[in-house]
Amino acid sequence: MVRIIGFLVGLGFVGVLGYSLIIGAIAYMTEEEPGPTAYDYHHHAREISFASDGPLGRFDRQQLQRGFQVYREVCAACHSLEYVAFRNLTDLGFTEAEVDAIADQWPIQVPTVNEDTGEDTTRNAIASDHFPHVYANEVAGRAANNNAYPPDLSLMTKAREEGAAYVYSLLAGYEDPPADLPEEFQPGTGLYFNPYFANLNLAMPPPLSDGQVSYADGTEATVENMAEDVTAFLIWTAEPKMEDRKNLGLIVLIFLIFATTLAFLAYKNVWRDQKH
Amino acid sequence: MSFPWAAQYTPTNPFMKWMDDRLPLPRLVFNSVGAGYPVPRNLNYFWNFGVLSGLALVIQIVTGIILAMHYAANSEIAFASVEHIMRDVNSGWLMRYLHANGASFFFIVVYIHIFRGLYYGSYKAPREMVWLLGLVIFLLMMATGFMGYVLPWGQMSFWGAQVITGLFAAIPVVGETIQQWLLGGFAPDNAALNRFFSLHYLLPFVIAGVIILHIWALHLPGSSNPTGIDVKGPQDTIPFHPYYTAKDGFGAGVFLILLAIMVFFAPNYLGHADNYIEANPLSTPAHIVPEWYFWPFYAILRAFTVDILFMPAKLLGVLAMFASILLLFFLPWLDKSPVRSGKFRPQFKIWFWVLIADVAVLGYCGGAPAEEPYVMISQLASMYYFAHFLIILPLISRTERPLPMPNSITEAVLGKDHDAAQPATAE
Repeated sequence: MVRIIGFLVGLGFVGVLGYSLIIGAIAYMTEEEPGPTAYDYHHHAREISFASDGPLGRFDRQQLQRGFQVYREVCAACHSLEYVAFRNLTDLGFTEAEVDAIADQWPIQVPTVNEDTGEDTTRNAIASDHFPHVYANEVAGRAANNNAYPPDLSLMTKAREEGAAYVYSLLAGYEDPPADLPEEFQPGTGLYFNPYFANLNLAMPPPLSDGQVSYADGTEATVENMAEDVTAFLIWTAEPKMEDRKNLGLIVLIFLIFATTLAFLAYKNVWRDQKH
Repeated sequence: MSFPWAAQYTPTNPFMKWMDDRLPLPRLVFNSVGAGYPVPRNLNYFWNFGVLSGLALVIQIVTGIILAMHYAANSEIAFASVEHIMRDVNSGWLMRYLHANGASFFFIVVYIHIFRGLYYGSYKAPREMVWLLGLVIFLLMMATGFMGYVLPWGQMSFWGAQVITGLFAAIPVVGETIQQWLLGGFAPDNAALNRFFSLHYLLPFVIAGVIILHIWALHLPGSSNPTGIDVKGPQDTIPFHPYYTAKDGFGAGVFLILLAIMVFFAPNYLGHADNYIEANPLSTPAHIVPEWYFWPFYAILRAFTVDILFMPAKLLGVLAMFASILLLFFLPWLDKSPVRSGKFRPQFKIWFWVLIADVAVLGYCGGAPAEEPYVMISQLASMYYFAHFLIILPLISRTERPLPMPNSITEAVLGKDHDAAQPATAE
């Protein structure tokens, strides 16, 4: 009985699927060749390597500091970093006094309450604060940016396909639209062409230009260098415990390989007289 | 239960004797996973995966309890609380990455465990109940895994919850009411997040309970083995401890090495980038995909693209997806071949490997965008999936001519001549 019902149910599903397949196949074959899509003009992220790549990769602190400088002088005008605290900057090699100064001089103040009157007010940031929001709320952010809300950057290198390479490519990849770009993909008012962006046109103007920051360590401030440095910085903001993770991982792996070897020898020893 | 030649628990220590008369817990352990449980001597490495599944559950429960101490099940702050765990909680990143990758590894070992049961006919009499309880565990795992993925409240969490609870909306007449009842609202929100958290914490302990039943049901007939032949006497078995505890220790080591490689060096490889964006009901991701371990079922769901009579395509897909799991409950009665092990079933063996390839193809299509040619491939692969269990297996179990089988496990291990000078090659 079970097998007869099963057989009928099986035939039913197979039949419906076969019918769907035929209809889909006919539609697939008869449908007209679709016109060019945005995807035809889209580029995959450029190849780029960072000091933090691979199991033995570690952050290049000099580069992180340069990247932080780019963030502070360029990106921070619009983009927040809400999951990162000023105190975390000591990981970049800044001293506590330097971090205190960075927090104190941060151009955006932190909301607080006046201790005498209870009224809302603001104060300078301190090391234990997270980076303050740039806009009071999303509506304010949209109003100031042609209705495009600048996203928070804390997790950006983990929140996009192709990760850090994508962020780097986007920052360094603005170009003039190709000559054969169809009308519907041309950048509209307030939009800028960038082949690494899925929709081809984005609301962020090209943020970097040669010589925009002056690096203290003499690194040349080309668009590529700045894009690479700030991307390295954003790898750190997205995964600040990466070095702890890789260091611990090596120790754990060495221990586990040793323990597993012992377990294997114990297994073979226990079974030595048994045929199996 | 168990075999008459099983070792008896005989406490020598006075305290253990006292204990044994009042609460014979050590005796239970001894008889369940100790020297008192005789096991076929010829188990291969595929028999490690039951214990590994148990290990994976323990890892999930331990890391999960610690995560719950720091996580906040509130849609306003859930996403931020996960970042708090990743950045500010001591070793919080380790707990979270262990928990996220541990879930994937739990499914990997359980899938191997299930396919081992399929190949060696472990679902057949007298072990039907073991198989059925195992499927209950699998369903509970799927519910737990799904709800756990919602908790970080990222984009895939939110839209996954929307899509999966939306499956119930395909039920005629009452569907939308059921979806609203499940979510506690018209869309996933704080009410849904809270109940998912509550159930996500509860279900692992239900799983642990069903595992006890699963092992209980297993211990009546005892473990099956790669030949599928019944145990005939003491020469066919060896005690679980120390033989299989030693082997499981080695298996656990290999499992932990692989888990550590993922956790420490590629912790986000199995995840989805969109889940690092906070849930936003106003922005739908380009491709909504569940976690990889649901992909084969997701492909079956999406393979139904055409309305049939009064049945909309979505309803057909939902029915087929649930049927694809429910039909496994009938497997012991669909496959009537008296031979358990696929080793001795030449036709079954071929179809089995086709099924493995088929599920892999379904998995690939389930993770791909819902466009051609993936839809057509999913349709073909889904057709085979249903045909395999409901048409092919019942048919070949009648027509197939099994290969000659050894008379006993011992004979299979030692060869017919029992030549002591010829050491048996370890498999």
